[in-house]
Amino acid sequence: MCLAVPGKVLDIEERDGTRMATVDFGGVVKDVCLEYLPDLQVGEYAIVHVGFALQRLDEQSAKQTLDLFATLGLLQEEFGDPWEAATGAGGPQWSESNEAAQEAKR
Amino acid sequence: MKYIDEFQNPELARRLLDDIHATVTRPWALMEVCGGQTHTIIRHGIDQLLPDAVELIHGPGCPVCVTPLELIDKALEIASRPEVIFCSFGDMLRVPGTGRDLFRVRGEGGDVRVVYSPLDALRIARENPDREVVFFGIGFETTAPPNAMTVHQARRLGIRNFSLLVSHVRVPPAIEAIMQSPDCRVQAFLAAGHVCSVMGTGEYPALAERYRVPVVVTGFEPLDILEGVRRTVLQLERGEHRVENAYPRAVRPEGNPTALAMLEDVFEVTDRAWRGIGVIPASGWRLSPRYREYDAEHRFAVTGIKTREPAACRSGEVLQGLLKPNECEAFGTTCTPRNPLGATMVSSEGACAAYYLYRRLEPATAPPATLESLEASPVA
Ligand code: SF4
Repeated sequence: MCLAVPGKVLDIEERDGTRMATVDFGGVVKDVCLEYLPDLQVGEYAIVHVGFALQRLDEQSAKQTLDLFATLGLLQEEFGDPWEAATGAGGPQWSESNEAAQEAKR
Repeated sequence: MKYIDEFQNPELARRLLDDIHATVTRPWALMEVCGGQTHTIIRHGIDQLLPDAVELIHGPGCPVCVTPLELIDKALEIASRPEVIFCSFGDMLRVPGTGRDLFRVRGEGGDVRVVYSPLDALRIARENPDREVVFFGIGFETTAPPNAMTVHQARRLGIRNFSLLVSHVRVPPAIEAIMQSPDCRVQAFLAAGHVCSVMGTGEYPALAERYRVPVVVTGFEPLDILEGVRRTVLQLERGEHRVENAYPRAVRPEGNPTALAMLEDVFEVTDRAWRGIGVIPASGWRLSPRYREYDAEHRFAVTGIKTREPAACRSGEVLQGLLKPNECEAFGTTCTPRNPLGATMVSSEGACAAYYLYRRLEPATAPPATLESLEASPVA
């Protein structure tokens, strides 16, 4: 939850007097508030946390980080279905580690 | 467990590692403050690639883990009320309060909703004018500005059925508390990059000076961590204690001034209890008196809460870097992510969860792996 994720600004509009953008996080698109980075432009990258752009980032660093987060499964964690994760009804990562735990106990 | 070939840039990783190995002449203990960094370290086996003399101690940097039990119980109480729509980030759902969690409250009929952003909670308030919408505002300095802005927007838009249950925590006072503990072994800090994206680096020189500890602002990728360790160790070996920014692509010295101004307007610094650690002076934020009407604790006077921590859980020691998760008796036996005893096993950023997820199930006394053995025998 504390992890901020880089994303690319797709478009910007004024909503209820607030500067909002749609931002692409490696395929997942979310609404993001730009009030803390008001001069961010379409096509630029920023570090986004819980729906707020917090700091500009260059394209190369942003892409590298996104790739890494995708491989680590962190994007799934950030944008996936939290109810499913919370039921513990066998998200692949946990069930896998459970097997490992049982193995370790044997 | 990962090994060095899987680093994004294995060559650079090897060079940084060689450099660290060549620099270190005696034992050093560094603390990475942020839970996101802990996960990168464990996942990539960075602690095992480093020289034996460099020990990484995991810090308290998981906001979900440090939210005090009393506040979780308040959240559960408020979320159970029929008039309330309780909104939270997903990773609070399974954090155990006294006897139950938000997930359970929802099963019992509570209207608990998961949002991605606090602004989603505000939208829900707008769409449900006859209900009370409460947002669980937890988090470090990275999460506080979004929540501050949301309260500001609520007032600006005249939305009155919205309130915030606030449990924000600040990193520098926690570092201070760790340094003041008589058991403290920490000699340097890898400071949390995204916290500094907002706050800048201005709070650290005084700390570095007072406790004579190097503070290196560090990012979250494996290479960031290695670079952070490299610079920290270099300072330690030279007897220096400076603040360095090893994450300049996301951290400016001044932070984000707009966000800082909003924090100043909406919140005020307060003493706060950290789960498993206790009260740390000036370590949190609460809503300033000007925004009191948006304070859920004020709006729903919840009293008579009796908290009870599971006795077996040693997360307080884990959070202070005094105990490694796999040294806890319950780890992997009575305490698993499916059946967590403590928040550090629930949260995606918790140290116990990191150890469990990345199969650090071996006893803590197992001989540390070497660079060669890791490359020769992939475990995962
Ligand atoms: S392993 Fe479980 S019981 Fe032990 S400290 Fe971690 S959360 Fe608490």
